[in-house]
Amino acid sequence: MDINFVIEKFLLVTILFSISLVIAMYSTYAERKVAAFLQDRLGPDRAGPFGILQPLADGLKMFMKEEIIPSNASKWLFMVGPGLAMLCACIGTAVIPWGQDLTINGRAVPLQVTDINVGVLYLFGVVSLGVYGVMIGGWASNNKYSLLSAIRAASQNISYEVAMGLSIIALLLMTNTLSLKEIVAQQHGWHWNVLYQPLGFLIFMICSFAETNRAPFDLPECETELIGGYHTEYSSMKLGFYLFAEYINMFVSSAVMATLYFGGYNYPWMDTVAGLVSPNTAALIGTVVLFIKIFAFIFFFMWVRWTIPRFRYDQLMNLGWKGLIPLAIANIIITGIVIAVVNKF
Amino acid sequence: MGTSVFYFVATLSIIFSLMVIFSKNPIHSVLYLILTFFTFTVHYVLLNAQFLAVVNFIVYMGAIMVLFLFVLMLLNLNKENEPNKSALVKILGVIAGGCLLVTLVGSFKAVSINSPLVLQNPNLGLVKNLGKELFGPFMLPFELSSILLLTAMVGAVLLTKKEEKANG
Repeated sequence: MDINFVIEKFLLVTILFSISLVIAMYSTYAERKVAAFLQDRLGPDRAGPFGILQPLADGLKMFMKEEIIPSNASKWLFMVGPGLAMLCACIGTAVIPWGQDLTINGRAVPLQVTDINVGVLYLFGVVSLGVYGVMIGGWASNNKYSLLSAIRAASQNISYEVAMGLSIIALLLMTNTLSLKEIVAQQHGWHWNVLYQPLGFLIFMICSFAETNRAPFDLPECETELIGGYHTEYSSMKLGFYLFAEYINMFVSSAVMATLYFGGYNYPWMDTVAGLVSPNTAALIGTVVLFIKIFAFIFFFMWVRWTIPRFRYDQLMNLGWKGLIPLAIANIIITGIVIAVVNKF
Repeated sequence: MGTSVFYFVATLSIIFSLMVIFSKNPIHSVLYLILTFFTFTVHYVLLNAQFLAVVNFIVYMGAIMVLFLFVLMLLNLNKENEPNKSALVKILGVIAGGCLLVTLVGSFKAVSINSPLVLQNPNLGLVKNLGKELFGPFMLPFELSSILLLTAMVGAVLLTKKEEKANG
């Protein structure tokens, strides 16, 4: 195996991993600041200027707390739960193209860990696996509330996965490929998929909210009914991992939405910009644009959380099965007809 | 390297599937079954069938097993309220399992006599080729199996509806 290849992938994975963790860390800070802004408060402002050291203080606190494992819990699975949640959250970034190829010493270095030709399905698989962390942790706690929460998480994820898959099918009808790299390359400049698939994007976004267990879909950790839900019995860094995994999931699903529907690293007049600067700089500008889109989505996630109240459980199921799935199927049929007509004439 | 990976993963598959049967706790059983399916996914990747691998991952590991786990958690089975199985049921189980074993061994013997199967196209498992095969020469069986699934789905919905009327 080529040593350069190994080094470049190793670096890319390390950088991506640290970026995910740092973004997740500062999302907790951003969440509290956004909440404060929306509720006309100040938010955390004690640790460092504007409270920017708050996430470090919180992390330290999580590590120092006493760790409690309930005596009747299934010990091994109790530990597997948070680990699985973190693992599933972190592996999603592997197939996302973070920018155009860089050229270093005459070698084209792709800013993507791997370009498998079933990239979209891989992401989908990671999403569907994500629920195991919650389910195993909730069951292993040996607590009625945690068990109820685990059951809720399972049924919610299964329900919204169907609509999510159907909304992606309409997109794939247009792109004709499952490789994320090609899907992004097709959206060059202004040809973002959201312009052609607005309904599909709306369904996909709602389902992402449900899959990441964010408000208004955070029924598995509904405090008013289930105390803390699946992490009721967790303490110390195990609890920290669950909370952290949620923020990494938010980051990954923002990146997926930006990649699939909002053009990834593409932006209008990118060809003009590419003419002015060197190719490597142009690629890096694209990466910065992608991150701006991701941050915009993360902000949107928080904005929704502090604006819309939580659903009731039957409302959640009705929305998923009677609202989103028929809409997604209609979207597939309309997209199919339009494509057939356009190809005919 | 491919062969040694195969033997390693195959050993894991066998160990995990044995654990499915031997673990006392139904939830642990299902978790081992999930691991077994994961090893199957690795097998598909080794066979260069990426699409099948990822679909196995999504459908079996991500959906069906979540439902299994969901149902088991709802039932909340444990050792105390497990019904005692009579000796007759146990004997019947042994006979049924033995029959299955004999059938499987017989069929595998028949396979080994023939020359080993060689794929004409090693890239058959990639999504484009698989799609062309499914919607080309195998169109009819593919559509028939989808109708079969639809029938099962409609039947299940119908059964729950009837029960509702009887109750109300």
